[in-house]
Amino acid sequence: MWNGVKVIVLALVVLFAALAANFGRDAAYQFHAILFAVAAAYLLIRTIKGIGEPVKEKPTGYMDDVVRAGVIATAFWGVAGFLVGVWIAFELAFPALNLGNQSWINIEPFANFGRLRPLHTSAVIFAFGGNALIATSFYIVQRTSATRLFGGNAAWFVFWGYQFFIVLAATGYLLGVTQSKEYAEPEWYIDIWLTIVWVVYLIVFLGTIFKRKEPHIYVANWFFLSFIVTIAMLHLVNNMAVPVSFLGSKSVQLFSGVQDALTQWWYGHNAVGFFLTAGFLGMMYYFVPKQAERPVYSYKLSIIHFWALIFLYIWAGPHHLHYTALPDWAQTLGMVFSVMLWMPSWGGMINGLMTLSGAWDKLRTDPILRMMVVSVGFYGMSTFEGPMMSIKAVNSLSHYTDWTIGHVHSGALGWNGMITFGALYFLTPRLWNRERLYSLRLVNWHFWLATIGIVLYASSMWVTGIMEGLMWREVDDQGFLVNAFADTTAAKLPMYVVRGTGGILYLAGALIMCFNLWKTAVGAGQPRGSMSAVPAE
Amino acid sequence: MYHFLRELADSWALLALTLIFLGVVAWAFRPGSREIHKDIADIPFRNDDLED
Repeated sequence: MWNGVKVIVLALVVLFAALAANFGRDAAYQFHAILFAVAAAYLLIRTIKGIGEPVKEKPTGYMDDVVRAGVIATAFWGVAGFLVGVWIAFELAFPALNLGNQSWINIEPFANFGRLRPLHTSAVIFAFGGNALIATSFYIVQRTSATRLFGGNAAWFVFWGYQFFIVLAATGYLLGVTQSKEYAEPEWYIDIWLTIVWVVYLIVFLGTIFKRKEPHIYVANWFFLSFIVTIAMLHLVNNMAVPVSFLGSKSVQLFSGVQDALTQWWYGHNAVGFFLTAGFLGMMYYFVPKQAERPVYSYKLSIIHFWALIFLYIWAGPHHLHYTALPDWAQTLGMVFSVMLWMPSWGGMINGLMTLSGAWDKLRTDPILRMMVVSVGFYGMSTFEGPMMSIKAVNSLSHYTDWTIGHVHSGALGWNGMITFGALYFLTPRLWNRERLYSLRLVNWHFWLATIGIVLYASSMWVTGIMEGLMWREVDDQGFLVNAFADTTAAKLPMYVVRGTGGILYLAGALIMCFNLWKTAVGAGQPRGSMSAVPAE
Repeated sequence: MYHFLRELADSWALLALTLIFLGVVAWAFRPGSREIHKDIADIPFRNDDLED
């Protein structure tokens, strides 16, 4: 019965995707329709082959195979995203790397900064960060609910559906498909696909919580749940658009002007607040206690941390629109709420750091814990820098400069990156049933490469950002501007090279991590006798 | 419509949300919560393997 429905639905998808590929109005849309058709055809053949096969025994224990896949995907997309980031960093320093008509190879416009930049941001935020969030949330919700994931293969649908979303978005950027909304670039049909995947994700996560064996819901799950629900809401509201044609990729936004701008930055800032903060705090509240082997410093503080973030974050978005056509009261509201956010953020940082009280000595011997602690430190640093930059007077200097880029990266590389690396180092030995990591020395190398990389990145962006901000506003005694825009770009070159170098160090660290995780997974460097461990599941 | 929502937002809605938030914080400090919270905070150290 179920297989019959599946076959009919998949066959219809193949048919309509093939029709869309044939009648599509632009090449990118046709290409994506072919991807849909091929994916559905593959599933169709697999389903038909499976009909009549004996039904497999219901698996027991935690569902860890999907988490293993998530760990691999996180590492893969991380390296891909960092690589594109390094490339576009050097594009800014050396424009010939855009590979346009000024360079030895002309593939205009596919390697343009304008196309690779959303590829980089989406790859690191949604592919690397998103896979890390899905994998860790599946791991954590099972352990803290003492039950297997709800919904059977629905978790696999979430995993592969999300990878498919990433492929659609990434190839779309290269082919020029964008609705020009920062961090929400994918066009309407990709948005609809993500909505379907996300709803299934919510069902799997909520279902697991509903059938939990523990009477209480651990705080990490609160953070993950708020992340899933809020991202669904943000995604739906910010992507309200009408396709020009159901056979083409272009759509028209429902909002326009300042309403569109406010909706976009309500989305944009809460993507930071709930994707990159709440979700990753879910990781912090599980992995830091686990790695330090002591419970979180104050559970009460974690509750207040959670609710204060929920109540405050949603209002902070207008600080992206200081000194624009947005009404003054909305700008002030955004600023005030951003400054208030500093307190709960630091409450959370203190909670994470103080979890180590009485176990500080572990920092000397455990580079994974060190990674997590540095990550929480960067969380604290960027949640101080952010409120400061949201103050109108500061923003009048920092806005549109590379200071903003530096701020984003101290949060993304420092907080999100480092906690994810810590989580991957924590998970890999456990998921592949190894006693320990292949090499702690390599973790140490990764730690220092990444940390020095971030320091180079953030400091060069502070210098260049404040410099260009000051150059833009400099006037002579007659009131004329002193510098042309080109003067600032010329002055920024050395800092751009330093920034790119920081990126190379960070990428090198991630490559070392991949090698280390690979060696761990295949069982190299394990103490003698440990190989008799039972295989996973 | 805009003006009604605008005025509702910075009067009754603001008051209600502030009270809800303060209520949540007060609830976290209710008598007897210490033991419950200690128990919840230990959840990550149970259930490393699933027995069913």
